[in-house]
Amino acid sequence: MTNSDYITGTYTLGDLEIPRVETRWSATDLWGTLKVRWSFGRMDYKVKPGLYAVGSPDRQSLVFVSANYKLSFDHLRRALEGMNAWILVINTRGINVWCAAGKGIFSTKEVVRRIRIDHLDQVVDHRRLILPQLSATGVAAHQVQKMTGFSVLFGPVKAVDIKAFVESGLKATEPMRMVTFPLKERLKVIPVDIFYGTHYLILIPALFFLLSGLSSGGYSFDRTLQHGWNPVVNLFAGYLTGCVVTPALLPWIPFRRFSLKGLLMGFLTATLLLITGSFGTNPLEILAWFLMTAGLSSFMAMNFTGSSTFTSISGVQKEMKVALPVQIALVAVGLALWIASLFITL
Amino acid sequence: MNGFVYLPDVVTLELDAAKCNGCRMCTRVCPHAVFEIRDRKAFIRNRDHCMECGACALNCVTGAITVRSGVGCAAGILNGLIRGTEPTCDCSSSGSCC
Ligand code: SF4
Ligand code: SF4
Repeated sequence: MTNSDYITGTYTLGDLEIPRVETRWSATDLWGTLKVRWSFGRMDYKVKPGLYAVGSPDRQSLVFVSANYKLSFDHLRRALEGMNAWILVINTRGINVWCAAGKGIFSTKEVVRRIRIDHLDQVVDHRRLILPQLSATGVAAHQVQKMTGFSVLFGPVKAVDIKAFVESGLKATEPMRMVTFPLKERLKVIPVDIFYGTHYLILIPALFFLLSGLSSGGYSFDRTLQHGWNPVVNLFAGYLTGCVVTPALLPWIPFRRFSLKGLLMGFLTATLLLITGSFGTNPLEILAWFLMTAGLSSFMAMNFTGSSTFTSISGVQKEMKVALPVQIALVAVGLALWIASLFITL
Repeated sequence: MNGFVYLPDVVTLELDAAKCNGCRMCTRVCPHAVFEIRDRKAFIRNRDHCMECGACALNCVTGAITVRSGVGCAAGILNGLIRGTEPTCDCSSSGSCC
């Protein structure tokens, strides 16, 4: 993916030639955004690092620093619509600001390196850079200043607030500095979790499907066709409860621990499945599915801590210490009961 | 959104007010408004809101803040457990990981 129709031409300032970018999104940009959100192939979605011009910037114009993940860059250039400014894209290996800063890729070193490579001190007369606030996890403002003379100003968390930030004289208000996690944001990060471990998503239900043909009377494919679909439905229901329903309803579900939220929702889903008959009529089988859907949902919900924007590592470790063994036990016991239920009818 | 608070009393955030020069940097970089300035010194007002991202400690010139930072992500911790390393999110080129 290296189409660059967002570059509209070359901007000349003195003897400098700098690519100029479009602030509006094209259909390709929109399509690309959708594709990465749904992580088809976890593709490369990168912009070439370097300096770009927005509008007709001069030596006094503001410099905005961006990750080279194209989505980060796209949001920034769209937010700069109607302005004359510079964008300095640093190499974060195509990873977004938050992740790259957390991993130390959007770092002091990388910012300093880019300023030097692009001779920023010869492009602009001022000595000020605006960085996305979330890069502060990887960039020490005072170090950048010490090494390059450029002072770092952390801008708003979201690119949409940049206009207001600039208009208010480069002041970020408290709401602009806060990371929020409203429904819309939660739904946006869910797709990433749905495709987590795609091959298991096919393999495990297929195994259950095939196994359900077993009984004390031997293997029968007719039996498989008759009973095999319920396990597939149950597994997907448990899985989706953990990675879609629980995240969507997150703040409204009691408990602070994600694993407990997932467990509770897993039991609710299990109750529904029981009523619809998807758990069968054998008490052993019913119990088995209660344990498995709850355990699966709990595990997937706990995984959502990775996409959430407020969980601390100390908290997640504390939660996992208890939750993981319980989840494993639920699924293991459930599985054993289910296999037993194929042969034993109570 | 203030409704989102994770487990209470677990975070490792520490502030040594004696070292603080009141520069306000921590209030600017924190995505959860954990700090405020009181009497020209930083003050932790929302400890349980901290997600241990480490931005404040990294950007405090005087070294008044310490926090054990890392990815608050179950998959990352699992990765670390399996490989016997520090928690790490294994999302090499995906943009929307952890
Ligand atoms: S960044 Fe450090 S020195 Fe500055 S106000 Fe915060 S704690 Fe104090
Ligand atoms: S570690 Fe991050 S969330 Fe916690 S106080 Fe510091 S900046 Fe705020």
